Amino acid sequence: MTTTALPRRTYLNHEFGIKSWLLTKDHKRIGLLYLVFVTLAFMLGGLFAAGIRAELTTPAGDLVSSDTYNKLFTMHGIMMVFFVLIPAVPAILGNFVLPLMIGAKDVAFPKINLISWYIFVIGMFITLSAMVFGGVDTGWTFYTPYSTQASNSNVMATGIGVFITGFSSILTGVNFMVTIHRMRAPGMTWFRLPLLVWALYATSLVQILGTPVIAITVFMLALERGLGFGIFNPVLGGDPVLFQHLFWFYSHPAVYIMILPPMGVISEVIACFSRKSIFGYSFVAFSSLAIAVFGFVVWAHHLFVAGISPYSAMVFSFLSFAVAIPSAVKTFNWTATMYKGAIWWKAPMFYVFGFMGLFLVGGLTGLFLAALGLDVHLHDTYFVVAHFHYIMVGGAIMGFFAGLHYYWPKITGRMYSDTLGKFSAVLIFVGFNLTFFPQFVLGYLGMPRRYHAYPPEFQVFNVLSTAGATVLAVGYALPVLYFTYSIFKGEAAGNNPWGATGLEWTTQSPPLPENFPDQPVVTEEAYDYSKREIKVA
Amino acid sequence: MPDALAAHADAHGQSHGHAAHHPALQHHFETLEQQKEASTLGMWIFIIQEVMFFGGLFTAYMLYRIWYPEAWSEGSAELDIVLGGINTVVLIASSLTMALAVRAAQTGKQKAIVNWLIVTMLLGLTFLVIKGFEYEHKWALRHVPGLNFHAEPGQAPQVEIFLSLYFALTGLHALHMVVGFILLAVIAWMAHKKRFSPEWYTPVEMSGLYWHFVDIVWIFLFPLLYLVDRAHQVAG
Repeated sequence: MTTTALPRRTYLNHEFGIKSWLLTKDHKRIGLLYLVFVTLAFMLGGLFAAGIRAELTTPAGDLVSSDTYNKLFTMHGIMMVFFVLIPAVPAILGNFVLPLMIGAKDVAFPKINLISWYIFVIGMFITLSAMVFGGVDTGWTFYTPYSTQASNSNVMATGIGVFITGFSSILTGVNFMVTIHRMRAPGMTWFRLPLLVWALYATSLVQILGTPVIAITVFMLALERGLGFGIFNPVLGGDPVLFQHLFWFYSHPAVYIMILPPMGVISEVIACFSRKSIFGYSFVAFSSLAIAVFGFVVWAHHLFVAGISPYSAMVFSFLSFAVAIPSAVKTFNWTATMYKGAIWWKAPMFYVFGFMGLFLVGGLTGLFLAALGLDVHLHDTYFVVAHFHYIMVGGAIMGFFAGLHYYWPKITGRMYSDTLGKFSAVLIFVGFNLTFFPQFVLGYLGMPRRYHAYPPEFQVFNVLSTAGATVLAVGYALPVLYFTYSIFKGEAAGNNPWGATGLEWTTQSPPLPENFPDQPVVTEEAYDYSKREIKVA
Repeated sequence: MPDALAAHADAHGQSHGHAAHHPALQHHFETLEQQKEASTLGMWIFIIQEVMFFGGLFTAYMLYRIWYPEAWSEGSAELDIVLGGINTVVLIASSLTMALAVRAAQTGKQKAIVNWLIVTMLLGLTFLVIKGFEYEHKWALRHVPGLNFHAEPGQAPQVEIFLSLYFALTGLHALHMVVGFILLAVIAWMAHKKRFSPEWYTPVEMSGLYWHFVDIVWIFLFPLLYLVDRAHQVAG
């Protein structure tokens, strides 16, 4: 890498002071604000996970009481789902790169973008205070009637926190959708958009159509718990299963809010580090939309044992299988992109490989759970826990890390240690599999989730899982260290350290406050790597 | 008019030092049209979001209405159809005055914008006051689920679900009215300060969209809550 100096005027140094950050309307700075708080939430969620794993190392429930254990897994779930996975890629990377990718000066509504962040932070603090002052024990799913009638933990405060945070997600969705429609640079047609933009568009669709439903569901729950209204109360003829339907109408598509943007990131990184145009661009683009749309009609597969009609269960089972098709389209297209490409072995690509492996396992085990008969056996066991961690952590977090390693030079203008990057990718991959693969076995053998004690014959798998979680923790801690180091001591990256296509790489790193010196004009398709010099490090 | 705009730009320091720029044009947009298109699209998407938000409650309503038609008929009969009817007329009238405010903004009639907005706000306030009387009456009858509820003898127990949904739906609607009222107050103030012109009156139009949406929600709520089985009751 040639040593280049950092640019003189950037979005990071054109104004200083805490006020310039807290009142910023710059999408790039807002992305970084999210990064700080999502990282905090990730550490906290990880801490709760550590508590869970420590308890499960031995069969007896000896470390924490069953009540405390209930609170641990609930708070782990709430932190990770609402404050890490959902905002991770869209709010951090999406905010940073979306306007850059489409050649805009900012998102369509910069003020609303900042308000979204404030809403997020307020929601997070309310949720955190609920956790500090007693915690919550309903599971992140808040199922009624336990949450409305029985639980004596802080369901209300947590619900309010989640409700508020939801609006941050909705407003980000509105903002991105309008930005993609109305802010594209001249020449940036829909089919020249980078695939991350398509993925963010599909994500916005889910955020806009899904999130309000969880908001109203939590609102109804609050009315019932706080004021004694009867909506889900079986005593009055209400139906707790209705709550489950409404909850999963959002919370299943929420998985696509988590996984679609990382899929977009993977498309970016895999094309760049294979030095090839993405295979089947329009298929990958439309599969994002297909996932978003199909994602809305599969929710009842969470309710197969809740007593729903067998006919609707059959339809939902079929549709759940169907959603695997667009996911498979993506996976095959990524593989085909690498075929005969000049693979460049850099850290972001290692995370892509990790994603591909883990997402594949997560996706295929999802088919087990979509199958009506098999789901009865596997429902509410560790098999389910393993499956969704493969998607949500193995897929979404791995994709987020791929994106973070890919865009880091653009965000900070500096390089990090590639060796350490690769090392932690391998560590995460190994640690992750060691943590969660044994849980497939445990679940299949019948160990139910959400218990703090279990029969002794399950111990060996649980010890493996705890050991894996330790490796995983080291893998996640390492990037914090080398990224922090790179902020101060990293080599200057230059505009385009990866020789990548895309407008975001044409401007300086870190970018100007207004992104581009002049309005960019797009004249070529995305991922036109054929004209570029192939670099092999 | 251009003089007033220029004066405004100087007073607020919003001028970009570029003679051609309209003071309302934000730096990240190229043209006023682009900015207006973005706002309009954003507002429509936000309204779609609102539809989904109310949609959860409507789903619960639909399910229980199919399950418990008798309770729905009984519960609906408890509601005050006269006050509900008056409120429906009030809201439809407010939609008209809101549309007239937008029209006034379009044609640049500064005084008329403020006046129509004030009339709209007064109609909104009328709606909220009448709604308040209805709630008070329900409280006196001990028809408020959870807080103050007393089942009439022989009444289906699911009437409490109906009334829960009545309060949830109308309460959420009233909350949207309050937000709309505040929004209109801000817009009226801006109009009073002559911030709008036929070239740029997007906030008036966007608030109008929101106001009409809240009205339309009521157009659904009125028959769904007040008119269940009324014909049958009148005939019988």
